[in-house]
Amino acid sequence: MSTLAPPQPSPAQNKRAVLTRLNNTDRRANRALKLLALAGGALVFLVLIAVVYQVISGASLAFDKYGFGFIVHKTWIAPANEYGGLTFIYGTLVTGVGSLILSTILGVSIGLFLSLMAPRRVAIVIGPLVEMLAAIPSVVLGLIGIYLLLPFIHSDIEPALHSVLGFTQIFGPAQGAGNSPFAAILVLTIMVVPIIAALTRDLFLTVPRELRDGAEALGCTRWEMIRGVVIPTTQSGITAACVLGFGRAIGEAIAVALVIGGVPAMHLSVFMSSYTIGSVMANVAPSAISSLETSSLFYLGAILLVMGITTNLAAQRISSRAGRIR
Amino acid sequence: MSLSDSSLVGAGSVAAGTEAAPGSEGAAGAAAAGGQAAAEQTAGVRPRVRLSERIAAGQPATAPSVNRTAAVERQVVFQSRNVSVDYGEKRAIDSVTMDINRNYATALIGPSGCGKTTFLRCLNRMNDSIPGFSLGGELLYHGHDLYDARANRVEVRRRIGMVFQKPNPFPKSIYDNIAWAARNLGMRDGMDERVERALRGAALWDEVKDRLKSSAMGLSGGQQQRLCIARSIAIEPDVLLLDEPASALDPIATALIEDLIHELKARYTIVIVTHNMQQAMRVADKTAFFSLDESRIGTLIEYDDTDKLFSRPADSRTRDYITGQFG
Amino acid sequence: MSAIPDPTYALTASGNLRRRQAISRGFVAATIAAATLAVAVLIMLVYYAAKQGVSQLSVHFLTATLPPGSPGASGGIGPALAGTAEMVLMATIIALPVGVLTALYLAEFASPRVGKVVQTGLEQMAGLPTIIIGMFIYGLVTLHFGQSAIAGALALSIVEVPLIGRASLEAIRRVPGSLREAADALGVARWRTVVGVILPTASNGIVTATILAVARAAGETAPVLLNSNPSTLGYQFNPLQAVPNVPVEILTLLNLGYPSAVAKAWGAAFVLIVAILAINIGARVWLRRSERKRGL
Repeated sequence: MSTLAPPQPSPAQNKRAVLTRLNNTDRRANRALKLLALAGGALVFLVLIAVVYQVISGASLAFDKYGFGFIVHKTWIAPANEYGGLTFIYGTLVTGVGSLILSTILGVSIGLFLSLMAPRRVAIVIGPLVEMLAAIPSVVLGLIGIYLLLPFIHSDIEPALHSVLGFTQIFGPAQGAGNSPFAAILVLTIMVVPIIAALTRDLFLTVPRELRDGAEALGCTRWEMIRGVVIPTTQSGITAACVLGFGRAIGEAIAVALVIGGVPAMHLSVFMSSYTIGSVMANVAPSAISSLETSSLFYLGAILLVMGITTNLAAQRISSRAGRIR
Repeated sequence: MSLSDSSLVGAGSVAAGTEAAPGSEGAAGAAAAGGQAAAEQTAGVRPRVRLSERIAAGQPATAPSVNRTAAVERQVVFQSRNVSVDYGEKRAIDSVTMDINRNYATALIGPSGCGKTTFLRCLNRMNDSIPGFSLGGELLYHGHDLYDARANRVEVRRRIGMVFQKPNPFPKSIYDNIAWAARNLGMRDGMDERVERALRGAALWDEVKDRLKSSAMGLSGGQQQRLCIARSIAIEPDVLLLDEPASALDPIATALIEDLIHELKARYTIVIVTHNMQQAMRVADKTAFFSLDESRIGTLIEYDDTDKLFSRPADSRTRDYITGQFG
Repeated sequence: MSAIPDPTYALTASGNLRRRQAISRGFVAATIAAATLAVAVLIMLVYYAAKQGVSQLSVHFLTATLPPGSPGASGGIGPALAGTAEMVLMATIIALPVGVLTALYLAEFASPRVGKVVQTGLEQMAGLPTIIIGMFIYGLVTLHFGQSAIAGALALSIVEVPLIGRASLEAIRRVPGSLREAADALGVARWRTVVGVILPTASNGIVTATILAVARAAGETAPVLLNSNPSTLGYQFNPLQAVPNVPVEILTLLNLGYPSAVAKAWGAAFVLIVAILAINIGARVWLRRSERKRGL
């Protein structure tokens, strides 16, 4: 009589058993999950294409009429059914560049503060507070801009800047109630600073400790270390962050619409009411009268879309190139 | 330009110190000869070019040899009196009392985690940025309290330079790596000569003289480390602290660095942390053995001339460590 | 050649060090000033909104409808709150699965090349100006079917998807590889690993991302302005029709101009900003605490 245990399955048999344990339901579910995930990714892509298509087709009427000349045509008079995009492009660029300059200086400084200067306990509190600035809805920011910022800008800042820098023509005499690209620049700065601050803070934290130690061991001050080691190392990242901030600024519609004055005119002085692409779309689209007007707004939207996609792609390329150098 | 060009030290320096320098090379060489041969056998390293051969080849001359047994009373650069280091509540090292002499290479050896790097970093206040750091006891540099409230940390680091374990060149050109700190310090004239002098002093000039503007990141590990040494000596410090400078390098690069230390000794005071006892024997005039005491706190066990420490250690713990390594 | 200071002299600044340290200190002070300015601006904005709007707060304000036409004092934003809640809910029902599935795709299934394309798409979607999103839905839906809550919800979902997607991707990627390997070693099917191990581990991050996305969508004006801007007062729940919502209401009240309307606009703005900030702070604190507990 055999007292041997029943023959154990061999390892190969075990493996086969494991594989077949992946029964039909599992295999079907695996496939379903993969399809669903793929659908999600595809949907994102499709929506993007749909947005581009929709904007372009909405602009087709205006494009048929004006062609590319729309971009350099200055006049926009709705009652006369004459439309041109130059004033808005100019306004968008002025407010975009203006807020870019201010928010780069402030944002990078705050990023340096949070990463390299502040003790950890302070940075943990201040960091999220700065990020909160980005969470304020644009309509609320615009509202506060109208009632809090505009009077202050109009009565104090504009005259002061005009008296000191008026010779440059950029800071002309204060006029109206203060609705101006300058006010829009300030509001946009409030929105963009937290973006640049958060991005650069993370960036500066990636500079290896040993590089900073090496600089300090050579008898250099903190500023010299930052200027000579930290910033050159993170140059591309800072540029990418600024480009992203610029993209955010040019895309903002509501807050700008509330403080910029809504006058389709180009002025050298940033204190004269004017317009941007986003703000004219927000102001005029709800009450657009003719289909040509609506189409012209779509045309402006197409221009803004091109600007937005270009800046976004540029930011991605800059940061990926930086990643490759390391 | 000779290595012993004494534009380094201003008025009032100790001439005796400068003259005794090459004597230390001879003494260390003699004492370490036995260990060195053994080390070279184990490391499979090609025989080092002795300093005498270098001089014959027309490289920088040094002062004439001085018999070490008739040694002059050396100037003391660092005085550590019962120094202890705490990180918050935790004590890292305790009761370290030793003197570090001018133009000597002083090695700090011991097992990992026994506080030798911590102590080294105290010498140029590099531990200040570590949260919770506090130093007890007294640490004097040329008689001045390093941790006095009025002591300027940046000034300390200007006089006491440091080379780290892992080479950390800046992502700049070779030239700029060396010139950067010097420019900050206001040394703008004759920068080309300064860079060349520093590179020669680090035995790197010949290898890179044709590509000074190329990026430092393209150099090999050993070259990068010598670049780090070059940029430290470019600002003409008084002391050079070396934190396991060759541990990340291959044996050939290591041998080059050790040669370098012998030459640098003539001009700078060297303190080197190494976990390699043979290296200490090859390079150091005096050696300090650190280890963990009963409460797992790092402390200085024994400190003496290298040859005496390794051949006739006074403390049994030193003997255990040394023989353990050889075994 | 500059003079090298005698190393035996006292350890005070030598040569140009005093000037360099003054410059460095000035720079440090400037960064502190910048950070202080940012925080001060934040406090000032919240304080001002509170000052203008807190007087409006009452249960009545939060539930009543706006009075028709006349500049009466009573009235509230009840319908707007309800409308925002309805639209954001619908938007999130769409955006949450799409965002999480896209994140799963990028983390688990995508080949590097295709994944890069989709990730670029996600980044582009995140950077789309919200007014363009509004115009997109306007042309696609509203022009043909008229304004509706659904149109508004679709527009808001486009805002939410990249937020949820990016944060979920990070959360999923942070799930330790060891967990995945353990599941594979046990012969567990892929989908079970995802549903039973990965998603639950990443759930904290996903939930936080969704909450933050909701907070963001609730405050967005431009996507909704053209697509759900009712002209009638009173509560509206029919998703096929335009429903009122808080940000557009603020604009409308502001444009009406007379004091009681503007006062109500401030009340609404205050409610909005407090709710959004509270959600933001709360979500971050909660996320940090729960991650510390998990040891992630």
